[in-house]
Amino acid sequence: MGLIGRKPKGKCPPGTAKKALRAAFPHTLPIFAGFWFLGLTYGIYMNACGFSFWYPMLMSLTIFAGSMEFVAVNLLMGAFDPLQAFAMTLMINARHLFYGLSMLDKYKGTGLKKPYLIFGMCDESFSINYTAKIPAGVDKGWFMFFVTLLNHIYWFSGSTLGGIFGSLLQFNTEGLEFVMTAMFVVIFLEQWLKEKNHTAALLGLGLSLLFLIAFGADGFILPAMLAILGVLTLLRRPIERGGDAA
Amino acid sequence: MTEMTLTQQIVTVAVIVGGTMLTRFLPFLLFPAGKSTPKFVQYLGKVLPAAVFGLLIIYCLRNVSVFTGSHGIPELIAIGVVVGLHLWKRQMLLSIAGGTICYMLLVQLVF
Repeated sequence: MGLIGRKPKGKCPPGTAKKALRAAFPHTLPIFAGFWFLGLTYGIYMNACGFSFWYPMLMSLTIFAGSMEFVAVNLLMGAFDPLQAFAMTLMINARHLFYGLSMLDKYKGTGLKKPYLIFGMCDESFSINYTAKIPAGVDKGWFMFFVTLLNHIYWFSGSTLGGIFGSLLQFNTEGLEFVMTAMFVVIFLEQWLKEKNHTAALLGLGLSLLFLIAFGADGFILPAMLAILGVLTLLRRPIERGGDAA
Repeated sequence: MTEMTLTQQIVTVAVIVGGTMLTRFLPFLLFPAGKSTPKFVQYLGKVLPAAVFGLLIIYCLRNVSVFTGSHGIPELIAIGVVVGLHLWKRQMLLSIAGGTICYMLLVQLVF
């Protein structure tokens, strides 16, 4: 079965890709709904912030990390600060490191598709590829490739359409920026309901608030991140023990 | 709109793309043969996401002023709606859409 990378190209039976596409597509349908909703909103939001559709179009294509792209709009509207942009990207996307660790084996032997699979490993692609039971006879490399590609297409098309049609919208978009807050509140809540020990969640909220008050809106992110990392490191033993006991 | 020049915008987006790619490719570069992950890294993987999303909520609200304007009341109400909807239905899109529409109505019609 499907270890494409180890086989000479010609030996792959005809129709392998098509069969994998047909198996992958139904898994991505819920993502289609979600990405179009969020992508359209993201495009409209960028438009409302004064950016042409080229921005959501190119950013959804190259960054392909939804929450980061919303933050990127804010970064683009602030003062030029690449170091802060880099640090925020690392913190927000640090979870990908752990997706990668879980996918080391699954992505093995996928040949030329592997770099794209890693490039496109957003939350949704990861969760499908990590959990989906790929039917026997379907090539796993192509299956995961199409899951990733379809998700990428959904996000890209939704964002681009939002950017294009945002300017045609007749309704008042004031307050639309709250979509980003709402998104992070929901993700935070999901995390909260899943975990037994809330120390890290509360530290994230509390330390950030503290540093916001101390340093103001423009300068609190970096110190807050360092403080969170530092305190989490110091509290490692109690948190790990508390997590087991709970 | 932005005060950055086009070049600065391109640099900013490139930095974000590079940072994102770094977080996605690093494990595959560091642990090619399925070496075991350091315990400290595993620990961070468990606790960091919750803390980061807490940070991001504060980041979203960084320009809310408690003492002037609408005193952060629309934000407070809308977050309450998001949380309530989510605890009730547990449908991510419904919670996001409901909270956002509520906020838009509040800032456009009430405050």
